[in-house]
Amino acid sequence: MKISRREFIRLMGLAGAAGMLPGSAFSAMKRPGDLYEIPKFGNVCLLHMTDCHAQLNPIYFREPSVNLGVGGALGKAPHLVGEALLRHFNIAPDSIAAHALSYLNFDQAAQQYGRVGGFAHLASLVKRLRTERGDGNSLLLDGGDTWQGSGTAYWTRGKDMVGACNLLGVDVMTGHWEFTYLDKEIIENIGEFEGDFVAQNVGVNEVALFDYKFADFAGFSEDDGLAFKPYTMKEIGGVRVAVVGQAFPYTPIANPQRFIPDWTFGIQDDRMQKIINRVRENEQPDLLVVLSHNGMDVDLKMASRVSGIDVIFGGHTHDGMPAPSVVENKSGKTLVTNAGSNGKFLGVMDLDVREGRLQDFRYRLVPVFSNMLPADAEMQAYIDQVRAPYQEQLEEKLAVAEETLYRRGNFNGTFDQVICDALRSVNDAQISLSPGFRWGTSVLPGQAITMDNVMDQTCITYPETYRREMKGSEIKAILEDVSDNLFNADPYFQQGGDMVRVGGLDYVCEPNKTIGKRISSMTLDDGTPVDADKSYTVAGWATVGSQSPGRPIWDVVAEYLRDKKQIRIEKLNTPKLVGVEGNPGIAG
Amino acid sequence: MMNRKRRMLLQGSLTAGAIGVAVGAGLLTPGSVLAAWPEKAFKAKEMPEMLQELMGANVVEASDGINIKAPDIAENGAVVPVTVTTDIAGAQSIALIAVNNPAPLVASYDLGEGTEGFVSTRIKMGKSGDVVAVVNAGGKLYSAKKEVKVTIGGCGG
Repeated sequence: MKISRREFIRLMGLAGAAGMLPGSAFSAMKRPGDLYEIPKFGNVCLLHMTDCHAQLNPIYFREPSVNLGVGGALGKAPHLVGEALLRHFNIAPDSIAAHALSYLNFDQAAQQYGRVGGFAHLASLVKRLRTERGDGNSLLLDGGDTWQGSGTAYWTRGKDMVGACNLLGVDVMTGHWEFTYLDKEIIENIGEFEGDFVAQNVGVNEVALFDYKFADFAGFSEDDGLAFKPYTMKEIGGVRVAVVGQAFPYTPIANPQRFIPDWTFGIQDDRMQKIINRVRENEQPDLLVVLSHNGMDVDLKMASRVSGIDVIFGGHTHDGMPAPSVVENKSGKTLVTNAGSNGKFLGVMDLDVREGRLQDFRYRLVPVFSNMLPADAEMQAYIDQVRAPYQEQLEEKLAVAEETLYRRGNFNGTFDQVICDALRSVNDAQISLSPGFRWGTSVLPGQAITMDNVMDQTCITYPETYRREMKGSEIKAILEDVSDNLFNADPYFQQGGDMVRVGGLDYVCEPNKTIGKRISSMTLDDGTPVDADKSYTVAGWATVGSQSPGRPIWDVVAEYLRDKKQIRIEKLNTPKLVGVEGNPGIAG
Repeated sequence: MMNRKRRMLLQGSLTAGAIGVAVGAGLLTPGSVLAAWPEKAFKAKEMPEMLQELMGANVVEASDGINIKAPDIAENGAVVPVTVTTDIAGAQSIALIAVNNPAPLVASYDLGEGTEGFVSTRIKMGKSGDVVAVVNAGGKLYSAKKEVKVTIGGCGG
């Protein structure tokens, strides 16, 4: 069933015509009118969305200009930005595809092509493709980070998105930020979700197993000690498809364990192998795919260690990759995709599955341009109804952006700087810290910064702020710890977030060093060196260990924006990087 | 049957110390409980001294016959789940060592004759470092290690 080397060479040859290889990656996108004409191919269509972060409405999203690869990942997908990324995938500069995939010429192109994503527009695209493929010939997979990320998702505890996903027709999903509500809310949400929620790497810990409070939940298996179904079988056009779920392995580390005390995660690739072997043996699938929230680097390593997977549909690291990476392993090769974030893309893989195995495929990462796709009326009505109670609050214009505000990138984005400046200003602190999430929408120059935008950047279920004294040595330890989550040469030690954002602090960072040796020359904004033994006032938010005492971060940022009215970044606290010359993961 | 024993082992580990645990699960010989507490070994900072005290030898050979299952990154450094399995013939005892702990020797398990080479427990780790398992088989020592990272958490994307 696995793809042999010879077969794969053939597949790769065929894939060249399908947008996998240079020369044609976006051949269907030369004219906007052709953007959504995706020829039917094969007999199974797998649609993949991931990391939309509850963006029900169309938004702007600037792709990163810094996405460094270290160790074995240097210079390889997904660690390519700007022109290096376009060259690698042979995307024409200044094309609509170049705008969708890179940060290049963002302001002007964003004005030209308009907003991306939005569930009403996504719904139109999904319906169109599913109709074209024919009844029962497609599956819609959702890689997670769907039920968190907007004001309405926060206030409805994810319920608005459960409803939207049911309406959209999501067949199978896995999760990460879904696990940041309280465990009983998560169980309730998954109960209301009409598709299958799968995760082979979420166990119930030994203590909780003795008297497990969700023992009646349908997905729980006492024999395996798993909290959710590890996989599901679907019959698509007469083809048996196994979808194995892989939730974000480091959820209780990157996010609060206190909300989900009974569950234990981890990469669990040995269990993944056992489950795949079992599924291959017992279920006899014609196609076996993994729906993953590992992050792309972890997926690439997992694909090299685990055999028997045809395709890993990946997310978490928000890498919009127009073609799959191909990974060799013991039994053959596995395709690894990553489908971007914020509802900006829909991954479309058409597969020819016959004689019990994958014969051939076509893949396209389709950008969802809201101006080029009609809004689905039913979905739009649902969105309007969900937003109605919060509309006035969300549409408050807090200030005007004088330059592009964005987050994504390994270090401070401009919107992060606004948050860090707000924390320092409102809390009268010397230094501020803000988490390096990869979600958060962008604001164009001249546009109003609304409460919607602020919630897009900040709304988590542990939003409380703090102001406290920290020694220079403690601040360094935090920077070292987080940079090791990002730049550890072994992907299994990476957590998939970006570097912690800082305000009032400059430093030198050497990504290729090891923990304890990456961060040096820390100085305050005025150039005063940070003393390891001296104390500094630090303001921050998003503490995972325990609840902080201060106001939610969005209140702090909103107050700052209302006060400032015009937002221009005076100083971006981005570190001086050492040892990254020539790295194609940073804009030249 | 094995699963039930594992469950009992885990249950035991909630209330008992490391050595008491495996006895409770019927995997170890009661004699091992009565053996003198190897105080010097548990207080030793360096592996050779520790192993000499504990196992009467300090030459260790790396072995593929030992498998350590532990997380790459600990979800909670206070309770890091570690499972050691070994198929080394004649394994008499298994020691667990967290090299960067102030007292590196965490536990030592004496195995009764014919017992499956399997121990599972949770250990406390103050900071990142290797977890080492040393198996004593007829006076010869074999080892394997697994890096476990203990992080401050947060800031995930």
